Amino acid sequence: MAQRPTGVKKSEARTSPVRFRHKHLLSIADLDRSEAESLLDRAEAFAPLAEQKIKKLDTLRGRTQINLFFENSTRTQSSFELAGKRMGADVVNMSVKSSSVAKGETLIDTATTLNAMRPDLLVVRHGSSGAVELLSQKVDCSVINAGDGKHEHPTQALLDAFTIRDKLGRIEGLAIAICGDVLHSRVARSNVALLTLLGAQVRLIGPPTLMPAAAERWGAKVFHSMREGLKGADVVMMLRVQRERMQGGFFPSAREFFWFYGLDEDKLKFAKPGAIVMHPGPMNRGVEIDSNIADNPQVSVIETQVRMGVAVRMAVLEALAESGANAEAG
Amino acid sequence: MSLRPTLIKNTRLIDPAKTEVEDGAILFDENILDVGAVSGAPDGAEIIDAEGLYVAPGLIDMRVTIGEPGAEHKETFKSAGRAAAAGGVTTMVMMPHTDPIIDDQSLVDYVLRRGPDRSGGVRVLPAAALTKHLDGELMTEIGLMAEAGAVLFTNGDKPITSSRVLRRALSYATSFGALIAHRPEDPFLAEGGVMHEGELAARLGLPGIPAAAEAIMAERDLALAELTGGKLLLDMLSAAQALPALKRAKERGVSAFASVNVHHLVLNEQDVDGYRTFAKLSPPLRGEDDRTALVRAVSDGLIDVIVSGHDPQQAEDKRLPFEEAAFGAVGLETLLAGALTLHHKGDVPLNTLIRAMTLKPAELLRQPTGRLSKGAPADVILIDIGAPFKLDSDKLKSKSNNSPFDKKLLQGAVKRTFIAGKTVFGG
Repeated sequence: MAQRPTGVKKSEARTSPVRFRHKHLLSIADLDRSEAESLLDRAEAFAPLAEQKIKKLDTLRGRTQINLFFENSTRTQSSFELAGKRMGADVVNMSVKSSSVAKGETLIDTATTLNAMRPDLLVVRHGSSGAVELLSQKVDCSVINAGDGKHEHPTQALLDAFTIRDKLGRIEGLAIAICGDVLHSRVARSNVALLTLLGAQVRLIGPPTLMPAAAERWGAKVFHSMREGLKGADVVMMLRVQRERMQGGFFPSAREFFWFYGLDEDKLKFAKPGAIVMHPGPMNRGVEIDSNIADNPQVSVIETQVRMGVAVRMAVLEALAESGANAEAG
Repeated sequence: MSLRPTLIKNTRLIDPAKTEVEDGAILFDENILDVGAVSGAPDGAEIIDAEGLYVAPGLIDMRVTIGEPGAEHKETFKSAGRAAAAGGVTTMVMMPHTDPIIDDQSLVDYVLRRGPDRSGGVRVLPAAALTKHLDGELMTEIGLMAEAGAVLFTNGDKPITSSRVLRRALSYATSFGALIAHRPEDPFLAEGGVMHEGELAARLGLPGIPAAAEAIMAERDLALAELTGGKLLLDMLSAAQALPALKRAKERGVSAFASVNVHHLVLNEQDVDGYRTFAKLSPPLRGEDDRTALVRAVSDGLIDVIVSGHDPQQAEDKRLPFEEAAFGAVGLETLLAGALTLHHKGDVPLNTLIRAMTLKPAELLRQPTGRLSKGAPADVILIDIGAPFKLDSDKLKSKSNNSPFDKKLLQGAVKRTFIAGKTVFGG
């Protein structure tokens, strides 16, 4: 029997593992409001664990988790790795970029190969939208989307929601501005879906060239001016300008982007006093965010986001492992 | 000390916001104080009895090439300013294809500071490059240059081949409400052409530019304006074939506008006959059917703006075999008289004609000028509308004298030009 740190017990008593209707977490659309809220509650129970001397639970003991990353990632991959290990799972990291794909193996070949190794949880990041879903159809275990192309990054949205709830006490009714390169951002897509589901009013701010067609139909209000869009915002969520995904010029220069859309002290003044600033990382300082803001603990909760990431992913891994177990039982 | 006021009385007012000429008077200092039935003039005012003369707002020429900086031998702010004032042009929109190209906010700032200082008071508004180095690949800092004072963005005579680049620029510009002017000409169809493609070109043995080159590009540009919501000015239409697309776009509510070069309203390809390089223009002078269609389009407002397309070229660049000669014509001094040809022939109502050179450009450029209304800046011209003259291009005030109107009989002379109430020509 593994040791249970005492500090967690009390929280655990408040929540039990979340029961999922779905086998996978591919998109925020897989969640209904109560599932999303239960995940945040469960994450809240796990959060204090990081402050304990012994950070490990045995919930997922004996389970195998494979982190399959087709795209480079530091923070998401290590966050999932830590989450799995703290839940007691055996975690294997596979960076596919450098191995099989280079040898001509297709995504489905890779899936078949991995499936033969009988993992329980597969955490996948891929550069193409929809690739994680395709892979999920070819394996028997639960799959978690850790970011697919410009489509979704559901655990990032969950940790963002968790951070907001932690800092401001609620999500319902808040005005949340998501700013910058919305077009290329899977973080934005997942966040609009989740935060809207949880009752927030979401605004999207960015130059027209970085705003997806018909974005206003996502249920968010679209602005092309920071001054107008940030007015009265409780949360300012900056996005990374994803130069690596850009074909040709979407805006003239980093200088002009920063002048009109970069978050600095002047623009932050338009938001509600006490508004918090978020960023999914990694940041382009001086492009979408000024270092004075990013490094100011009074407003920036960027470090908290990273910290909360592990707890949220623990809750997700647990929920999917449960649903997998149910599926086996049934 | 404020400016001595001026009263012009017993005149005929061409108010571009109205449809008919009206008898009346106008009183102004820096700004227009009263217009129409003016009750009286303050003490010390200059009183001009303008019996038989017309008053209009100073003209706004949306397409002026000035050689400064980089080609001062062709034209400077000073020479262009003199020509403009004499032609009744009180605002020049300066094209960005100078050397260096105006594709940076510091150069926009340079034009704004240096231009009016040297132009003798004629207003100079910078049009900035739409793409870096005008190479059609990367959009310029539209936002920063708009903040610095650029009034429109254009790639000059070089059409943007990449639809994606133009789409992005149009889209990006919407957040600043910036106007984008684009020359609709398919560069692949136009390549090597020197005049309108047709029977005359064939007879002269000169390579032609088909009207389709314009129609194809205009269709594309309008589709992109519709896609992006961008504010697009089709720069200097020449072909009847391009007009139906413009009409359809406007009817669908696309933010699309068009300009025409005054030479294309008055001249046609026959003026090129005899290998007259002074009539070698880009876009080329086209057939008589095209010309009449353009005139109708101005008359019914489909074409919004008339420009001079002022493009000074030195004699050594024009006195060459036709294929080698430079494109372009000067036009600041002949814009008004050229356009008035259509009034004298009864083709276009006078107010409509003046509107296309005053109020319409002012609205597109978001300027307070171009109006005969109380409170507007007193950019005013006094015109002897019927005065006949034979154009002697050697007498033009421009540094270059490449006018296709040379030796032509024209009617309409500017007697006096006021800018912000100050006389800059005549008087």
